[in-house]
Amino acid sequence: MKLSEKLHRDWPAAFFLAPSLLGTALFFFVPFLLVIWYAMVDNPVIMNFVGLDNFISLFQNQAYLQAAGNTLLFSLISLPLVVGLSLGLAIVLNGKLKARSQLRSLFLSPLLVPVASIVLVWQVLFSYNGALNTTLADFGFIPVDWLKSDSARFVIIGLYLWKNLGYNMVLFLAALNTVPVELLDSARVDGATAWQRFRAITFKYLTPTLLFTLVISFINSFKIFRETYLLAGDYPFEVLYMLQHYMNNMFRSLDYQKLSAAAIVMALVMMAIIAVLFVVEGRSGRDLEES
Amino acid sequence: MVRETGLIQHLKQLKLKRRHLVREGAILVKSGLILALALVFVFPIVMTVLNSFMSSEEIVANYGMLFDQARNPWEMPADPELPWIAPTAHFKLIPDLVSAQQYIEILFKSTDYLVKFWNSVFLVLPIVAGQIFVGALAAYAFTRFRGRLAQIAFFAYIILMLMPFQVTLVPNYIVAEWFGLIDNPLAIILPGIFSTFSVFLITKYMRRIPRDYIEVAQLDGAGHWAIFSKILLPMCRTAVYSLAVLVFIDFWNMVEQPIIFLSDPLTHPLSVFLVKVNEGDIGLAFAASTIYMIPALLMFFHGEQYLVEGITHSGLKG
Repeated sequence: MKLSEKLHRDWPAAFFLAPSLLGTALFFFVPFLLVIWYAMVDNPVIMNFVGLDNFISLFQNQAYLQAAGNTLLFSLISLPLVVGLSLGLAIVLNGKLKARSQLRSLFLSPLLVPVASIVLVWQVLFSYNGALNTTLADFGFIPVDWLKSDSARFVIIGLYLWKNLGYNMVLFLAALNTVPVELLDSARVDGATAWQRFRAITFKYLTPTLLFTLVISFINSFKIFRETYLLAGDYPFEVLYMLQHYMNNMFRSLDYQKLSAAAIVMALVMMAIIAVLFVVEGRSGRDLEES
Repeated sequence: MVRETGLIQHLKQLKLKRRHLVREGAILVKSGLILALALVFVFPIVMTVLNSFMSSEEIVANYGMLFDQARNPWEMPADPELPWIAPTAHFKLIPDLVSAQQYIEILFKSTDYLVKFWNSVFLVLPIVAGQIFVGALAAYAFTRFRGRLAQIAFFAYIILMLMPFQVTLVPNYIVAEWFGLIDNPLAIILPGIFSTFSVFLITKYMRRIPRDYIEVAQLDGAGHWAIFSKILLPMCRTAVYSLAVLVFIDFWNMVEQPIIFLSDPLTHPLSVFLVKVNEGDIGLAFAASTIYMIPALLMFFHGEQYLVEGITHSGLKG
């Protein structure tokens, strides 16, 4: 078939894309251009172009810096934890086990709990007057104000792990299924130890999923602030003050300049991470094909 | 001689059996440990459901002073006027007396909860249906076109899909203001419908269908709509079900959008309202949460395979 004929036959398929393309353009892409514009003017009404001034003042803003720092620290601690633990869990669940699928369901169940119930349960457990302190006091320990001290950071990391382990575990379970069993078997016959087999074979097949899971976990770490926000309010104890709190507060005061600048910085960070992911994934993909 | 070999065989079998038992035992122990960990994961659901059957008196006796931050419970124990109210919360799972009091209150006495439950339904169902429909259509286009331009568009969709809430809410807000949609549920529904997650997932499925199906249909004179609706979409049934479960669960729990877009608390979904219930009446909060969990739990029990499938395929390269 000639190209022109093929084009003539296929082009109506483009109509199928139209609703989605129009919708995303209208609700996301076009207004995002306006966000970029807002970030570079001094005032949404008068609109004097000020270049990068808003970004400079954002990076000098104490609240923003604290929020960004807390967020970064949270990610640095919780991302390796969640990826490592969910991978470990997936490996165990991939082995011989009783009631495997039921166990998997139990680990997925946190996805179903309404945010408010999570918050309520967490409050019952970790409030100063909460059940954990009552139990600790029964054993003679001194009660800790879990949500209003440095330990709040760990409470939130626990919450995040609890909510995301199951999801990541399912991702890893699927990836473990793609590892060719014959390869593992022949390596065993050749005398490779379990760790050697994992590092040389399993890990290679897991790399794309590993990277994807990192990105998903990073995105989901932004979602966990929903719980943090409901748990501790607009102005929580300082270690819990995250980028989301900052942006929510800017929403409330309708400070478009700071809001837009902060959204753009966040988008840029996201894109940088995605770009790194693609580069690394491309490289590991090549490794896989060559081996 | 004959008897001896019989004995040796018997011993060998015993040894094998023992080894088998040891292995089985190890698996059981491992399963038990994992189960213990898994129980930590279901604990909030179990606690919420069980506590929802407590009477108000029992709730007060267990959790009474939870939100009373004013006084230091560790220095000032029970209020002498109200000795039955616990100054600090206690773990308690099984109610002393099973009571339907909280449910009666929610279902028959106060209309607030039901109104908000339906608010949730009317917000979430259009999003689920709309997002799948728009996504399936777009997936067809991305299945037919795989040239450079299409790949660039698809890549932009993935980036959009990966953007955190905090980034996309700002453009959404600007558009809602343009069209005067603030305080209108459409401000939440429309961006939800055009979220690109469904495009991504269905495209991944559809692109894996062999091209022969399309070409044979085309030779038979089938148009685009027929190929899409009669051949490709039915083959992506799993993706559609998976999406229904994933998108439903995601939006059923929404909190940020209603707070930002809907100023009238009457129009809020139950997911937001529950938070306010928490502080007012813990007993009601447990029961309301339990009711709110039912649709998600039903979807989970009937569609867990699709949930798993959906998560899986969002992660595999395709």
